[in-house]
Amino acid sequence: MNFGFTDDQQAIKRTAHEFLEARYPAATVRRLAEDERGFTDEQWAELVELGWPGVIVPEEADGLGLGAVELVVIAEEMGYALAPSPWFSTTCAALMLVAAGTEEQRERWLGPLARGEARGTLAVWDEKAGWAPDHSEVEPDSDGKLSCVKIAVPDAAGADFLIISGADGRHYLVEHDVSDPGITLVAEPAIDPTRKLFRVELSGAQVQPLEVAPEAIARAYATIVTLLAAENVGAAQRAMEMAVTYAKDRTQFERPIGAYQAVSHRCAQMLLEVEGSRSLCYWAAWALDNEPETAPRAASMAKAYAGDAGFRVTASALQVHGGIGFTYEHDLHFFLKRTHANAHAFGDSRWHRDRVADLAGV
Amino acid sequence: MDLTLSPGEEAFRDELRAWLAENNPGREPAGDEAAFEFRRSWQRKLHDAGWAGVSWPKEYGGRGATLVEQAIFNEEMVRARTPSVANVLGLAMGGPTVIAHGTEEQRKRYLPAILSAEEIWCQGFSEPGAGSDLASVKTRAVRQGDEWVVTGQKVWTTFAHHAKWCMLVARTNPDAPKHKGLTYFLMDMEQDAVQVRPLRQITGESEFNELFIEEARIPHENIVGAEGEGWAVAITTLMHERATLAFGLQVSVQIALRELIESAHQARGLNGAVATEDPVIRQRLAQLMIESEVLRLNAYRGLSAIMRSGVPGPEGSLGKWHWSEVNQSLTELAMEIAGPRAMLSESEQNWSYRFLRARANSIEGGTTEILKNIVAERVLGLPRMR
Repeated sequence: MNFGFTDDQQAIKRTAHEFLEARYPAATVRRLAEDERGFTDEQWAELVELGWPGVIVPEEADGLGLGAVELVVIAEEMGYALAPSPWFSTTCAALMLVAAGTEEQRERWLGPLARGEARGTLAVWDEKAGWAPDHSEVEPDSDGKLSCVKIAVPDAAGADFLIISGADGRHYLVEHDVSDPGITLVAEPAIDPTRKLFRVELSGAQVQPLEVAPEAIARAYATIVTLLAAENVGAAQRAMEMAVTYAKDRTQFERPIGAYQAVSHRCAQMLLEVEGSRSLCYWAAWALDNEPETAPRAASMAKAYAGDAGFRVTASALQVHGGIGFTYEHDLHFFLKRTHANAHAFGDSRWHRDRVADLAGV
Repeated sequence: MDLTLSPGEEAFRDELRAWLAENNPGREPAGDEAAFEFRRSWQRKLHDAGWAGVSWPKEYGGRGATLVEQAIFNEEMVRARTPSVANVLGLAMGGPTVIAHGTEEQRKRYLPAILSAEEIWCQGFSEPGAGSDLASVKTRAVRQGDEWVVTGQKVWTTFAHHAKWCMLVARTNPDAPKHKGLTYFLMDMEQDAVQVRPLRQITGESEFNELFIEEARIPHENIVGAEGEGWAVAITTLMHERATLAFGLQVSVQIALRELIESAHQARGLNGAVATEDPVIRQRLAQLMIESEVLRLNAYRGLSAIMRSGVPGPEGSLGKWHWSEVNQSLTELAMEIAGPRAMLSESEQNWSYRFLRARANSIEGGTTEILKNIVAERVLGLPRMR
């Protein structure tokens, strides 16, 4: 029994923290949030240098061949820095290919993904269907061509291929050829400007189905929700630190406001929720790598709890900051927006709680 | 990261499980005296088999178990629904305090009788005027030769009517700053100068007592730590109370939650269907499952942090606070699921009792407000409120 990271995992965490702190200071995050593309080729190249796009890609395809724990370590630090990057969307695509890619698809894409030569993304939500991650009604026609509209697809503009979710848990790969009139991408205004979202319209686009592998795909989705939960842990941790620092510095009625229990107890509540989220995330990551029968429950628990906690903690941190926290000039709102958006991606807290009840036989 | 038990830890658990399967005496009888004797003989049985004081060093009659083994022990005892032992406070608080701060003579004198339940211990900390502000206790101890003469009043003294020894915090120097003028005594309860009166609780039970102390005598050698060091010694006692409770508490919440889900399968929800199909009830049951998992995971993460660094991590100080909230929401949901039966005080699973008893959870052993102060000041480094 040891609920701590190995030396290697500690080293990844330290490297990630130091790298992101140096390369994504608040001013950079703000500039990228306001930029249409949201990242630069140089920034992507640095992440590639660290091997991050290929964390879970097998070593024979030039990846690092690591697991969910290492992904979660990086995702937590990405959330802490709030680094805008197509890393998340590309990791989603890699997880899907590793889980259910055909041999040809894996051969074609995994190596380029791991080497940073290509990026991918995952398109989940139909414009018209339900909002749960498994509610898609999309089906290709008899010629294997797909027509559909997907919303809120992360980083689609820079993706070399998209994985499209469909009815009955099926998924399809479509290559993103900018000259193909069958694919239209429209940037959508998003609450969280640090992750660029797109409306993807396919009209008769040629697609290649992924393998039918419900269990492996479920595991990929469980990993994705755990990553979102981990981002919320990092973002909430950062917002809490900002609130605590402010509560020590800001003086009103001749005292630092952190000396008032209305403020200090609010901060204590933040710690309770951040640590609870962190414990669930690490457990879910461990289960994904080591105890597959526990993983679906653990991942849904982590997503539900960290989804709620991420928003509550950042909102509470904003309240501690008072008026200044409501200004665009202050950085806090970026954290609030990310945790809020994450809470609604890939199943919100209600959906995941209902799944927790289902899995427990309630 | 490895969240499974090592072969050695599994062997420890299996040995305990096998022993409990043979020796668990089951439900205790009704009536205070009968229940007490039952608990005392259960503790003797544990002691004879080497299961009393598992965390204590072997040289003092304990088992010298590792932190993980202690956690396993606390979990398994609750999981097997074993009865309480007679000397809860002696084992969880008094013994560890004497081991940490007592003299070698005191360890030899007191520890064996704690383990065997021959001498029961109680805790004389809180007073009518000193609850959360424990350092403001007014009970006075005045030295007369080799003895101290004690006068004052204590409250919330669990097990006082069975106790031989009281862990008593009294003021020995009224001129010193309030944290500096306290001394930690072991007071013999078997003297006429100490009167015990039961306090009736909102549940109708009397777990707690008031102590009226009128010129009680305590030999000087019964001081634990040094004169004037009572605050530091008392903190050790309280830390042990909070640290050792976490593992048993999270298992008891998991058991209660399973019982609540069973109740919900038998009850009706808002829409007339089975309560578990009422979406609001489902959401709240799931949230409780998640929160009880957080209790378990935080307890283990705290343990790993202690093993790695020697000091508890921040998550350790959150356990008791969080548990009280989870247990209160759980019993509140049970009353909602009970529907109109929530007005009645009898039910098979005793939910109305548990609902009332849970109100004390956020008060006993440190109020939630005090625990939040501790987290804010000592973990987050926020300024003290004074």
